[in-house]
Amino acid sequence: MNEEQSVAESPLVLQKLQENYADALLAHEETRDGVAVVVGKDDAYALLEYLKTEAELGYTYLVDVTAVDNSQLESELVKYDYARFMVVYHLYSYQGCCRLRVKVPVHERDLRVRSVTSLWRGANWLERETYDMFGIAFEGHPDLRRILMPDDFDGHPLRKDYPLRGRGERESFNFETQNV
Amino acid sequence: MGLDFGGARNLSADSGFMDDNIITTTIDKVVNWGRKNSLWPMPFGTACCAIEMMATLASKFDLSRFGSEAIRFSPRQSDLLIVSGRISIKMMPVLKRIYDQMPDPKWVISMGACASCGGVFDTYTLIQGVDQFIPVDVYIPGCPPRPEDLIDAVMQVQQKIAGGEVPKGIEVAV
Repeated sequence: MNEEQSVAESPLVLQKLQENYADALLAHEETRDGVAVVVGKDDAYALLEYLKTEAELGYTYLVDVTAVDNSQLESELVKYDYARFMVVYHLYSYQGCCRLRVKVPVHERDLRVRSVTSLWRGANWLERETYDMFGIAFEGHPDLRRILMPDDFDGHPLRKDYPLRGRGERESFNFETQNV
Repeated sequence: MGLDFGGARNLSADSGFMDDNIITTTIDKVVNWGRKNSLWPMPFGTACCAIEMMATLASKFDLSRFGSEAIRFSPRQSDLLIVSGRISIKMMPVLKRIYDQMPDPKWVISMGACASCGGVFDTYTLIQGVDQFIPVDVYIPGCPPRPEDLIDAVMQVQQKIAGGEVPKGIEVAV
């Protein structure tokens, strides 16, 4: 019963998105764990708000916000006008028992993305982590500071051009106990 | 008595009365005997090694058999620091402060590959061995080490204490 529901529910998301956001939808695919859609940056916030508030969908739970650096993956870069980053929102709908992945291509020349903290307060730390690791600047975030790395850290470690062993941070870090 | 203070017994061989009632020893031996059998560990568990440490403390392996059942989460009350897990550059000042807050004499066990040398994580943020910052008395290899390895390390610390060794952290004037 449950399986039938989720199988029937997934296309409903796509149907509704294609009705209301046909222009914003760049691509979509059905994966084994749900549906993934790619949305233009300017329409992302409105689409996420729609997914959350639309009564028939009810994607009320923001599971994760993260990003992917595709700079060394030519096959992905060509698809979206060589946008280096892909910001990814993982959503879950309790009423449909199904997941949805919303991906937003972001060019390196303009890393600003509208924050979704006004929709989900839980996005606060998730966006801070994405900022810390990839340098995505979330506009409208109440407190966009680093969350994992030290405040004076230089660079964004999960970018593909960041060296694995760092740029000497291990040696130059201030280890004084006042720095706790 | 069953207790070996390492002192001379049977001082008065001719009296007979003294045989089973008097032990002579030195203060150092008695104090070290007490310290060795009442180590209070301060666990600094940051990764999977801490899971093995918890297993060591729990009933199956039961570290309290060796007198170390009083785990203290306050450094002020402990004399054995068990560093079990990865230490990042941001965590290192915290570990250093906790080590500094422990009263002397204090011993340090570096448990597992990550604490001892960074393990497989030769990355931008990970300390490549806590002995760069705090003096380590016993290292445990393994990823993670089995509870028996931790028990062995605690027993090695006990042997050091019983042998009158000075912890690495104490500088001895020559």
